[in-house]
Order: sequence, then structure tokens, then C-alpha cells
Amino acid sequence: MTEQLDAGLVAQEIAEHPDALSKPYAGGELGRGRRRKEDAKLVTGQTNWTDNITLPGLLHMTVLRSPMAHARILSVDVSAALEMPGVIAAYSGADLADVMGASMPCAWPVTPDMVSPVHTPLATDEVRYVGDGVAVVIARDRYAAADALEAIAVEYDQLPAVVDMEEALKPGAPLVHSEKGTNQCFVFDFPGAGADYAETVKNAGDDAVVVRRRFRQQRLIPTPMEPRGVVVAPIAAADEFTMWSTTQIPHILRIMLALTTGIPEHKLRVVAPDVGGGFGAKLNVYAEEILCLVVARKLGRPIKWTESRSENYQATTHGRDQIQDIEIACTKDGTLLGLKVELLADMGAYLQLITPGVPVLGAFMFPAIYKMPSYHFTCTGVFTTKTPTDAYRGAGRPEATYAIERIMDELAAELGRDPMELRRQNWIKHEEFPYEMVAGLTYDSGNYEAATDKAEQMFDMAGLKAERDRRRASKDPVQIGIGISTFTEMCGLAPSRVLGSLSYGAGGWESASVRMLPTGKVEVVSGATPHGQGHHTSWSQIVADSLGVPFEDVELVAGDTRSSHKGMDTYGSRSLVVGGVAIHKATGKVIEKAKRIAAHLLEANEDDVEFGGGTFSVKGSPEAKLTIQEVALATFAAHNLPDGMEPTLDSDYVSDPENFSYPHGTHLCAVEIDTETGFTKILKYVCVDDIGKIINPVIVEGQIHGGLAQGIAQALYEEAVYDAEGNLTTGSLVDYLVPAAPDLPHFDTGRTETPATSNPLGVKGVGEAGTIASTPAVMNAVVDAVRQYGVNDIDMPATPERVWRAINGEGSARATAGTVAYGGTSTGSTGGAAADEALDDNRSAL
Amino acid sequence: MIPAQFDYVAPTTLAEAIAALGAAGEDAKILAGGQSLIPVLRLRLAFPTTLIDLSRVSELRGVGEDGDVLVIGAMTKHSDVIEDPLVRQYAALLSEATSTVADPAVRHRGTFGGALAHADPAGDLAAVALALDAELVAEGPGGRRTIAAKDFFVDYLETSLSPDEILAAVRIPKLTGDWGVRYEKFNRVAQAWAIVGVATAVRTEGGSIAEARIGLTNMGSTPVRPHSVEAALVGASTREQVVAAAASAADGTNPPSDLGAKADYRQHLARVLTARAVSQAAGITS
Repeated sequence: MTEQLDAGLVAQEIAEHPDALSKPYAGGELGRGRRRKEDAKLVTGQTNWTDNITLPGLLHMTVLRSPMAHARILSVDVSAALEMPGVIAAYSGADLADVMGASMPCAWPVTPDMVSPVHTPLATDEVRYVGDGVAVVIARDRYAAADALEAIAVEYDQLPAVVDMEEALKPGAPLVHSEKGTNQCFVFDFPGAGADYAETVKNAGDDAVVVRRRFRQQRLIPTPMEPRGVVVAPIAAADEFTMWSTTQIPHILRIMLALTTGIPEHKLRVVAPDVGGGFGAKLNVYAEEILCLVVARKLGRPIKWTESRSENYQATTHGRDQIQDIEIACTKDGTLLGLKVELLADMGAYLQLITPGVPVLGAFMFPAIYKMPSYHFTCTGVFTTKTPTDAYRGAGRPEATYAIERIMDELAAELGRDPMELRRQNWIKHEEFPYEMVAGLTYDSGNYEAATDKAEQMFDMAGLKAERDRRRASKDPVQIGIGISTFTEMCGLAPSRVLGSLSYGAGGWESASVRMLPTGKVEVVSGATPHGQGHHTSWSQIVADSLGVPFEDVELVAGDTRSSHKGMDTYGSRSLVVGGVAIHKATGKVIEKAKRIAAHLLEANEDDVEFGGGTFSVKGSPEAKLTIQEVALATFAAHNLPDGMEPTLDSDYVSDPENFSYPHGTHLCAVEIDTETGFTKILKYVCVDDIGKIINPVIVEGQIHGGLAQGIAQALYEEAVYDAEGNLTTGSLVDYLVPAAPDLPHFDTGRTETPATSNPLGVKGVGEAGTIASTPAVMNAVVDAVRQYGVNDIDMPATPERVWRAINGEGSARATAGTVAYGGTSTGSTGGAAADEALDDNRSAL
Repeated sequence: MIPAQFDYVAPTTLAEAIAALGAAGEDAKILAGGQSLIPVLRLRLAFPTTLIDLSRVSELRGVGEDGDVLVIGAMTKHSDVIEDPLVRQYAALLSEATSTVADPAVRHRGTFGGALAHADPAGDLAAVALALDAELVAEGPGGRRTIAAKDFFVDYLETSLSPDEILAAVRIPKLTGDWGVRYEKFNRVAQAWAIVGVATAVRTEGGSIAEARIGLTNMGSTPVRPHSVEAALVGASTREQVVAAAASAADGTNPPSDLGAKADYRQHLARVLTARAVSQAAGITS
């Protein structure tokens, strides 16, 4: 499992296992590169996307959205829309005010005094971002519903847009929520678990080297393949409702819908059918879900809403959007003294489900893999008139990882040290685990040396450095830069008591049920909801391995609150680490009970019965054996069970993790920069990830590849841009550049395996690793290539124009006149010296 | 797609199409490959009353010869232009540039004539038509007329076609002799529009440039033909001479400043890319 994988693995799997026929368990299920069970249906169109659902009498809803970033609503007149052919109903926010709930939920009040504005599914008094819902139309078909939107007359009184976080915090700035008297949502202050930062640096006196940088986490648009959609079917007579939604969180959604609308939880069934990706953007409770529900209740008819891509870009949560002021200190010999982090985090116009929690989660990740005695983290949440932010793949950890890995390179440059050598000096050695971090977490395991050694070997670090230096010396127009990211992250959200201490509104457990059917087949019910990850396959492998049944004999039931009644759903790379462990433990309970039945049937002492490979046998009597399938049938028949035993082989387990898991790895990137145009091309990308034990290496490879693509996209391509009036100027895939296969390099992936000690499977989670690790690796490489020109930072994405301007002394100028500037990039300072001086030194050194 | 309502006509001959266009009034739109029009309809940015779909007009498809001229039907798909042996032989620049248009799905639906009639200055093919001295054949109720490429592109998304005319074919003089070609397209991701593109065809004699044709993509509201660069290139045989000639590639241009790039950066790119395109087309390496 530690060997490098490539695309040939799938072919190899097919060659080695040409028949997938049902046969006795042969072992080796864990770690096997199974083809994904779910793919045949996905690639042949036999899917059940929300928009495919059609019901008798189905009506279609469309949403009229605000064209302005900020305005008072003077009037909404839907009367002309009601006259249009095919239109059944049309409602303004005021029309639905008494049924749509007081406010949509934010489940993460990160401070007791957090400002939490009212957020109704349709705006009633003011619109606060372009895309904010104003009215809905219900019609017999989507065409009629879309046509009628244009007949709704809305009078607005335009108010000033609030687009810049720093401007928003200044006294007298226009307010997003005037009734709150401030644009500041919260200040979360976390002094860490170690020494005082300022004191520590002061005590070091002249020995202290301090580097400051301002990094910008641009706003990103998650862009799952499938935009959102909702269908609600009411049973009016019973006041019962079934909702199908493109959600990652049917279980949490059901609870929140009940709390928001007053429809009792037991009268609500929420189904996440096939869902085409989420990346955190479907980890929410959205206005359209509530609107479809309350309109279906009002009309007694099924309602469907399907989001267009343009709507998705405006009305589905965005990610990132932070200004990061980072200060790191070390002694002159490079030993870290501490880290100070001051964040501004853009909430957007309202708080969605975990909007404020995302940057705060990052508080625990900034110190990353490094030992340091002091740490101080502060985050200020800011309201702006933009689409709300929320989770996006990595959620808090990519931002933190970027900042620490970038500033470690800046510190190395300041000290004149090799950036990897400086990291090695400061990271936790493998023999030092478990290690209590300055941010309060205890890392259970890790081996940064092993991952790094392997990555450097795969990368040919020496050869690439030689070529880089040759091109520098010859002033080649195409320069090379080398970037490092030695990252860690926290997965497996989360121990419930930790979430409680962070004021999150729920726990972090996960539920599983395993049901042996009379014929020996197995249904496994999981509270983790698939939306592309491959749960059907991985869960089948875990069950097959544990129960000793064929992989093909296992079926997953998930994503429906009626059949999978308990769950905390899928986000934060938690499925395997929390949900997979729950399944493993549930199978253990099945085996335990089956063993008692087998002992009874075999007339043996239970202690003499052994289980392996799906068979119960009696010690010393090789012929006395029963397969687990035979036990299942006998249990169903119930003719001969121990006295008082229930005739089922079902079990439930709810697993609450004892700690987070901590995947880590070393990513290395070499870029070529065309200095004449500023174009960056990734020359080589190597990653060695340590995600602990692996259930399915093909799924792991897919997760790493997709994660790398999204992380590289943040570094080089994607950015949601608002103009000064608060219009989203990257409103479609024409302007919001999502890279495709031709734009991405070959990925050389490898792994080391240091099992997590905090769960019985030894797994750590892999859903976000590639995204978290790759962005700083690429940007460190870009900056390495141009540092010779006096450049020490470039805003992301590092567009050709930005790189070209940086090379030509225009600093980190933003690409577009209409773009909202976030303020200049700090050039940093050294041991109290002025920033300019440091920069001059930098230039003269080169 | 949920567009506003429109009538739909699918004629099978050019004469029928012209008649249908005349009958449909001024808010009719011609539907060729639909790769620009359909997104606009989907976003409800256009509300045509009638779409006249040319996809069944077979006389508008295909590539032929008329003596020294290549004749390409307006409804010939990009994918067919790329593969066509006559285009490859006599207008290799067009074949190369077309292969950079968007992605394979778009190239299998989009048409050469549709792209030219749409007249987006960020589109790759208008600059090629201009550089190759193409003539555009328009047909309307008054008959057929031929428009030089330099007169065809009037402004952003605006051509000299009359509202009652349909672009029927494009005539491209064959390049014969020792021509090299290169389309230098600069974009951030492979599927994106060109930030700047430079189309070049260069004829060399004895290692030096005898004749150069250049068209610039996205350097103004129409494609641009930098004649002064073409003139300055004559006689060039070294990379240094090419770079010197290309230094005026952006002179007099007025490129857009938008999300993709600011104008001064586009002008810089035009100079760099012109030097690169010409050098490569001419086989000048040092």
C-alpha cells in the first residue's frame, strides 16, 4: 500500500479479478483497488438526480433574485405574473412572512455575542446581495415559471454596497444590517495552549527574527457538477412531507427544517437521491428548500425547483475569502518562537449554517506540523453585501495551511535557509508522537520524515534545483520555481465534546446499522450520505472484510431519513473515520451475536467457537462449522435459538470519535514561468500523502486527484470577483475559470502509511487532503521562481498578468480596474526593521 | 435550457432560408451551430421572435475549390474544417487556429460561418480570415455579394451583413509556395477565449521573410491587421529582426480592459506573441 499508484491500477484490478462472481470470501478486501460499485449506474444514466424526479401534478418554482447588492424593497407587485398563462401562484417575501419561518439557521455561534442577523428565505425589507431572493412564481412548467418572473415589478431604493472588509469595519461605513449597528459579526480570540506570543518574542530580544506577511484567500465558487434542486411532495391530509434535495446533509436538514418551519420532525422525510458533488456547498439549509416546503404545504401540490448554473454562482454559498495577517517568529538559528494570526473573514450578507465556524475551525490548524511555544489567533467576521460564504472543500484548513506553508518559505528566505531544512528543524519528529500542539490539539501519530524523504526521491529534488539554478544563471526567459508544502490537517469531524466546547449546535458522531438478511446478504445502513465519494464501495469492503461475506453481497442504504434514520452526514473528510468505524463496530456486534447462535446450533461452548473468513468453527472439531450465511438463515427461521434470544442478526452502532485524525504529507511542485508573458506551467507535481490505512486505493487516488485539481485551481485559476457596486462579475463559467484536464499536470502520487491510533481501522480520511496541500505548494513554487526579481508574494490566483506585473515591479497589482482591492500586500519586516528596508535588502542580495 | 418563447423554422435550401428570414421580421436570428446563440438564449439575454436553423441546408456545408480560391460553406463545422485536406493544404493557418477553438464538443457543433458572422473580436477565426484576405459571400433577396474581410468586421459583434442577408460561404485565396503558419493563442485555460491571439502566415525565400500576413485576436472591437509589422518583417532573417518588427504590433490598437486582462498587458502580449508566431511560422530560431 505504500507503493506509488497510477492509472494502471484499475486495469490491474480487472486483470487479477476477471470474474466478480459471488463466492466465499477470499480475504484481502481491505486495501483492495475495487472498481466502484456505483459507477455503472452513474455512467449509464440510470441515476436519480433530484431534477429527474417527476410526480403527478408537479408544479415548478422559480425565484426572482435581486439585481442589486443592497437596496430597500419599496414594493413587490406579482399581480401581472399571476395573469400569465400557466401560473398558479406568485408570492413576495411579505406574502410568505407568516409561514417561511423567522430566520434560517446558523448552527455555529462562535462567540456568545456574535451578531446574527435575521435571514428569511425571501427578503422582506432589504436585499443584501445580488441573488438574494425577492419573490417566487409557481407554474405548471418551468417555461411559464421563468416567463412570469419577468412580469413581477419590484421597486427598490438602492443602498450602498459593502464590498471591502476593511472599509466595512471603519466607523461610518454603510451597514449591511443597519439594525445591528455594525458590520462586525464577531471577534474570536484564541490565545492558544502555550505561552504568550508577544511575551515570547520580546523575551528572545535580539535573537528574534520576525517576518510578517499579508496573504489573501480569494473568494471561490465551489462549482459542483450538479447545481442544486429541490422537490417536495406533500400529503395534505396528513400534513406530511417528503423532500428530495441535492444535499450532503439530509439528516441535519430535516432537523433544521422542522425547527425553522414548525412542521414536526416526524412529519418530514428528507431524501438525498443521487447527488452530483457538493464540496461543502450542499452542507447547508437553503432558502429554496424552505420555500418549496412551505409553498407545497400552502398549495397542497408537489413543487420542484431546479437551479441554473448562473443561479448557482449567486445563490449557493461561496468559499474562502479571508485576509490573513500572519507573523512568525524564530530565533536566529531558525527555531520557531511562535505564530500570530489575525484574520478578517468575509461572511457575506448573512450567516448560513456554519458560515462563522469555517474560519474559526482554522484556528487549530495554523501551527500545522511545527513545534512552537507560543501562538495567538484572532478572527474577525465581517458582513458584506455578497453571497454568504460557508464550507468549501477543506473549510478552514486550506486557508491555515496556505498561510503557514507560505510564511515558512518567507522565513526561510529571510534567514537565507533552505525551506525544507527549516521545516525539518521545526517539525514534530516521528518518535515524539503523540504530541500536544500549541493550538491545543493532540496529534496521535505521523511521520513527516518518511513522507518527505519519499517525496524528494520521487521528485528528483537535486536535479530540478540544478536546472532551476542553471536557468537563473543564464537568464533564461523561462524560469523554474520549486515549492514545498509539508501539510497536516484535521479530519473526522468530530469528537462531540470538542464541538460542544466550540459552541457548535450538534455532535460529531455517526451511525451505522448492519442487517444480515435471511439469504445471507447484507444491508448496511449509514448516516454518512454519499454524493460522489464511493461510499457504496468502501462500505461494502469494510463489511465484507469483517463479516467474511462476498463484496457483491453487501448493499448500502443511505441518504433517506426514513430508511437511514440517524446520521450526521458527509463533510470534513469524516465519512470513513467516523462512519466507517461505526460500520466496523456494528459488524462486530453482528459477529458477536451470530457466534452465540452458532455455538448453540453446533452444540459447542461459545468460548470454543472461532470466527474467520465468514465461518464459525469449533476448536478441535474441524468438521463442526457453520457459515455466517447459514447462521443468518437459522436465525430467520428461529426454530432453534438460545432461550430468549431475538431472531435477528441486526445491529446498530453510533460511533463518537475520541480524537480528530491527522492526515499529513509532503507535496512538491516545480513550475515553469514564462517571464515574457507571466504564464505559469506546472512542470512536475509530486505528492506523498499519509492517510493511514487505506480501504480502497483507487478511490483514494481519485480523491487525491480531484483535490489537487481544486487546490491548484485556487493557486492559478479561480476567483470570484465583485465590482465596486457588488455585482458578481465572474457570474458564469466563461469568467470563473475552472481548470480542465489539459490545464493540469500529471500527478505523481505516492503514500506512506502511519495508521491513526484513534480508531480501530487506523484510517485518517482523504477527501480534502489534495486541496489543502496543493495550493501552497504551487504558490511557493511561483514565488520561488520570481523572488530573484524582488517579489515576495503574488495574490492568488497567480494569473499570468499578475505574475508579469510582479516581475516588472508592479507588485501584486490586481488584474482588473473594476476589481475590489483588498489593500496592498505587506512586504513584511525583519526584527523590527522597516518593511522597505527588508525589501531593499532582498533585492540587493539578488 | 429555459429560453423565452420563439418560433422555429428549419429550411432545407438557402433560398428558403432567405425567404424565411425576410418573412420573420427584424427580431429573427439565424441559428448556425448555436455555440454562442444558445447560451445567450439560455440566459435570456436575447429574445428573438424566430430562429431560422440552417443545419438542414446542405448546400452551405463543405469545402471546395474555385481555381486559386478555397470555398468553405458557412455551415461547415469546425471539426470538419480542421480535418479537411484542402484546408490543410491551402489554408493551414485556418486549420491550426480552428483546432484551438473552445473544446471538442463546441468544435463538433460550432460552424466557421457562424463564428465569423457572430463577429466576436475574442473569437479566433476572424483574425485568420483577415490575415488570409478572405472574402465573405453574402446572399439576400437582392442576390449575392462578396465582402472583403477587412470590410466585413465593423464593430464588436457587428458585421456589414444586412439584416436580410445570410453568410453563405467564405472564399480564401490559396496559399501556395513556401508558407509557414502559426496561431499563437494566449489564454489561461485551454477552453477559454483568447486573451490575445496572433494569426500569422509567412512566406520565406532563402531563409528570410518575403511576405507576412498577420491578424490579431481580441486587440480591439474588430480583428486587427498590423500592416506596418507585415511590412517591417520583409527581409527579416533573425530572431532579433523579427522581435524588432513585432515591437509595433500593438501600435494604434485599442484592446479591452476586462476581467481577462488590462489593455496594456494585452498590448504587451501582442508584441511578444507576434514575435513568437512569426518566428515559428518562418522557422527562425535564433
